[in-house]
Amino acid sequence: MSDNDKKPAPTPPVSIAKRQTNRRKVLRTILLTGGVLGAALSGFLPLVYSHKNRLRPPGALDEKDFLSSCIKCGQCVQVCPVDAIKLADLVDGMGVGTPYINARNQACDFSCDAVQCVLACPTGSLTYHRPAFMPQRPGAALAEKPILLAKEKDPEPTLNMTERMGVARLNRPEACLAIQGKGFKGQTRGSDFKGKMRYMDVDRWKPIRIADHPYDVAECDLCVRECPIKGAISIETVFAPDGSKRKSPVVHEPCVGCGVCEMVCPVEPTAITVEAREVWKT
Amino acid sequence: MSDLLKRRFADQIKVMFGWEPTKPTRPEDISPAAQKIHFYKKGNRDLIAEKLHARAHAEHKNTWRNRRWATLIFANLLFTFSFFLDIQILEGALTASRFVGFHLIDLNSALQVMLAHKHIINNLLIGTGTVLVLWVLLGGRTFCSWVCPYHLLAEWAEKIHVYLAKKKLVTDQTMDRRLRTVFWIIFALLALLTGYTVYEAISPTGILSRALIYGPGLALLWVLALLVFEVFFSRRAWCRYACPIGLTYGVVGIVSPVRIKYKLDGCFHEGDCRKVCLVPHVLDTVIKGRAVETEVPIGPDCTRCGLCVDTCPTGSLTFEVKGLSKLA
Repeated sequence: MSDNDKKPAPTPPVSIAKRQTNRRKVLRTILLTGGVLGAALSGFLPLVYSHKNRLRPPGALDEKDFLSSCIKCGQCVQVCPVDAIKLADLVDGMGVGTPYINARNQACDFSCDAVQCVLACPTGSLTYHRPAFMPQRPGAALAEKPILLAKEKDPEPTLNMTERMGVARLNRPEACLAIQGKGFKGQTRGSDFKGKMRYMDVDRWKPIRIADHPYDVAECDLCVRECPIKGAISIETVFAPDGSKRKSPVVHEPCVGCGVCEMVCPVEPTAITVEAREVWKT
Repeated sequence: MSDLLKRRFADQIKVMFGWEPTKPTRPEDISPAAQKIHFYKKGNRDLIAEKLHARAHAEHKNTWRNRRWATLIFANLLFTFSFFLDIQILEGALTASRFVGFHLIDLNSALQVMLAHKHIINNLLIGTGTVLVLWVLLGGRTFCSWVCPYHLLAEWAEKIHVYLAKKKLVTDQTMDRRLRTVFWIIFALLALLTGYTVYEAISPTGILSRALIYGPGLALLWVLALLVFEVFFSRRAWCRYACPIGLTYGVVGIVSPVRIKYKLDGCFHEGDCRKVCLVPHVLDTVIKGRAVETEVPIGPDCTRCGLCVDTCPTGSLTFEVKGLSKLA
């Protein structure tokens, strides 16, 4: 009688070589797991280290909700007539592939007349109506639907927007030509600037290059002149600290934060900037 | 479906989630008809002569591969040109798009967004539903091999890997296939708990699709890193061991009528099909003595790429649409 008859059949012994192979396989598997998860989680780094807000297309949910709901398909990019919307790259981490607007390069001038990017969004990242359960930051809401100057005479002159993308702010008043009482003549942003805009007196349906539309103004008011929203910005007389009277662009509550003023500002760097995700403070 | 095939079907679903295929060990695991063929093939000298003859006269075809590559390139270029030439047929990217106005939304991307955002709007639901029906009809992981742009690049990288392996410069470092299931769960949980679509940030499918449509970016470096890893370290590692998209579509493929069918009768069990296959574990049935029936459908993890159909010298592997063959 051998031992085998008494005991239950033992599992066949695993050779040392086989055991080593198995162990290596486990190690490799752990390595790959670590690599992929490391890459995935490194996407959080830009969120942790940078608090700079991107200017998002019209109707974007708050940043956290926006990033969770955006499916990164770029349909908003495709419908924009002035190519204002770009997709973020790797440096945005979790935001890779999400749409943003660099207003200085190409602002949203609403030449689509109807915030088409919102219509194109399949997941509600850009939306006409914020879902009821998402709290709204005070000052983010527009008091009234913005009136688009380009279609002021249409039966329906408003844009379907209930919230602002940001607010324009005169960050460098010392550089502002209006404050200095200077005029402006020539191509704003130079002859090789690629930015486009719709000029109602040129063609309502076709945006043209800003470089093809030179200006000649005795007192610079480009930001006011080209602002697409009614009542969002005006040139006002203000008093300087020394008591002298000056002209200055002043931003008002209807400002939606589209960034056209930032794009057309002729000084470098721009005197007026749109603060992304900024709310209206009275 | 016989009880044997039902059991095998359940086994193949487990195989998709990462388990190893089970061998039929008891005589009752194999149908009498299949047993007869297995017995006939054992040590049959005529068969060996026949095999050598078939081998000598086998033509290497690329029929299905060419059809597939043409489809994949066409689908991706349709996205590109819809935007580039503004023909507006297929707008968006692979993650979500509109085909002449109809919403299409990638199942895995939709899942990530739903889990992260926890608020589902109608368009998202409609698009996901449409795509679900589409891939149920077309075969689940058919998405991988017939549409996914990363699959094509990985296929080319695989060719380099196989060449280098033949020169003994690299060896394929295999991993545990259960890893893909683990990744699927981890990414689902990450989306649910952090509220960010973490997987979408590293999905090579999404990155490549966007690069093809909206222009290249730094994110392509990640895709390049994956390809380098696959060339020098582990053959088709991303598709085999990591990609949760593959598993999502694989689950869809469980109920799909499109599949590869294996016929035991003419097979010489040389294993050429397993050598070209992205997911050789689905072809365990072609190993000598393993087939439980005379005809066995291949499981849901199969990407229906057709490389095995092209390679098989005896025509023992064919495309089949369940139900349609009965009509013909």
